[in-house]
Amino acid sequence: MIRQAGPSVWKAHSPLPGFSLSLGFTLAYLSLFVLIPLAALAIRPWENGLDSVITAVVSPRAQAALRLSFIAAAVAAVVNAVMGGLLAWVLTRYDFPGKRLADAVIDLPFALPTAVAGIALTALYAQNGPIGGLLAPLGIKIAYTPIGVVVAMIFVGLPFVVRSIQPVLQDLDQEVEAAAETLGASPFQTAIRITLPALLPALLSGVGLAFARGVGEYGSVIFIAGNMPLRSEIAPLLIVTQLEQFNYAGAATIGLAMLCLSFLILLSFNGLQTALARRGA
Amino acid sequence: MTLGGCARSKGAETALLNVSYDPTREFYRAYNEAFLARWRAGGGAPFAVEQSHGGSGKQARAVIDGLPGDVVTLALASDIDEIAARGLIAADWQTRLPNNASPYTSTIVFLVRKGNPKGIRDWPDLLKPGVEVITPNPKTSGGARWNYLAAWADALRRPGGTEQSAQAFVSDLFRRVPVLDTGARGSTTTFVQRGIGDVLLAWENEAFLAARELGPDQVDIVTPPFSILAEPPVAVVDKVVDHKGTRDRAQAYLAQLYDEPAQVLAAEHYYRPRDPAVAARFIDRFPHLTLADISDFGGWSAAQKRHFADGGVFDQIYQPGRRP
Repeated sequence: MIRQAGPSVWKAHSPLPGFSLSLGFTLAYLSLFVLIPLAALAIRPWENGLDSVITAVVSPRAQAALRLSFIAAAVAAVVNAVMGGLLAWVLTRYDFPGKRLADAVIDLPFALPTAVAGIALTALYAQNGPIGGLLAPLGIKIAYTPIGVVVAMIFVGLPFVVRSIQPVLQDLDQEVEAAAETLGASPFQTAIRITLPALLPALLSGVGLAFARGVGEYGSVIFIAGNMPLRSEIAPLLIVTQLEQFNYAGAATIGLAMLCLSFLILLSFNGLQTALARRGA
Repeated sequence: MTLGGCARSKGAETALLNVSYDPTREFYRAYNEAFLARWRAGGGAPFAVEQSHGGSGKQARAVIDGLPGDVVTLALASDIDEIAARGLIAADWQTRLPNNASPYTSTIVFLVRKGNPKGIRDWPDLLKPGVEVITPNPKTSGGARWNYLAAWADALRRPGGTEQSAQAFVSDLFRRVPVLDTGARGSTTTFVQRGIGDVLLAWENEAFLAARELGPDQVDIVTPPFSILAEPPVAVVDKVVDHKGTRDRAQAYLAQLYDEPAQVLAAEHYYRPRDPAVAARFIDRFPHLTLADISDFGGWSAAQKRHFADGGVFDQIYQPGRRP
């Protein structure tokens, strides 16, 4: 990360040599692999004029799909923040048999092809599946509803949160927690006032990543969502639908809308994180 | 993607690439073998045939975006029209081979639970109380477009059938669909493996495959008295064969699909053969039924525009406040 050193950002005041070379490399690399493809996306929607862009984004179906994608991703990210935080805590602070194995399992959602994950989750949560079958008599349906979308997003987002927090938890000085305890803090107070603030920047970055992954997730969600327009149709599916009609501009329009929203959200996450890091430092 | 193949071996360079859709995989694997054997027996220089499979629309886009397919064998004429519209295939492609350039056909049938507990035999039975229908989304699946059009044509041919009654019928039908998968294979999985729904609207060949491989003791095929003639078309991609110099073998590859051995292979893979003599041999497998066809809808581009384009008849089924 580049530490901004006052107003003279462009002058190499860093004691390390090679600043201009590395900055040049960074910008070239970012352009080649991120900015140029995104710019290609950004120029595509305007083929049929501004009107058709606006219509495509404000249509009830697009609105419903965007809402589902972003809200489901947010819910999944919050669940992952809590449960992922807990998992990371257990994995760093306790010793138990099979711990290494449990630790390795956390990464599996990264490695699994998303379609496989989607099919497996659907098989589990469908009304004739082992979990879905238990919930069906209670009137709870998960597969083919927006809840199914959240479940798939929790699955793919979990490793981001756990892996972001784990190293920080490991490096956290446990003596500080012990000191808080000797000064009369309850375990709850210690967790909230000592541990959590130290973890917060890492937690936020993990949650941001999990959220972003959820918003863009297609492969696993598509199998479990049910894909009913206005109800369980995610925004990436709408993009695929447009492509099936050879409507490249329409597809790019929704893509661009998602990109802008995600960028704004990630930017505010980053801002929050920087502010927290400053305050902590 | 470019067409450059400089790093490839000579054999690979002259290999023929057949860009097809999903359910034809097994049929073309068998056909390639038979075709190449005949080609060599006729003294032709040996070469390889490669296959690429995926959703029909996606495959058409891949060719448009530069996948160097010598021939396309897709599910819908409109997908090949889209390639032709971008200048890769001559506009008159559908008249260059017999039968609208469709060497085999298929139709839409019903797959029901074993023993047909809901008594589904004909299209109006799909709207019986408590019947749940499984079909993929016509916006993303070629097969689903045939499902939709078959239902429409059936409603239209009923006594007193009008455009309004047809629209009401398909609207009611799609409001009974609890899960809209993106493709035919996904819907088959939803119906057979997940146990959702009472009837699956499916390609005849897909229904046979599902009945045979996924659940012979779980599902039955019901052939309704009336359905629609689906003509999966084939075409040589002119721009590609002229660039690669493979026009002769590409044309022979498609022309021989109409010959008897290929027609038998098609029938064995559950496609309806065009050759009447071969069709007669497989009459048990493919019962006779009355068929509408796409010309009843004014051709694919008219049907596409009216029913499946954004804001078309299909989109009107899913309007806010008109939830299924």
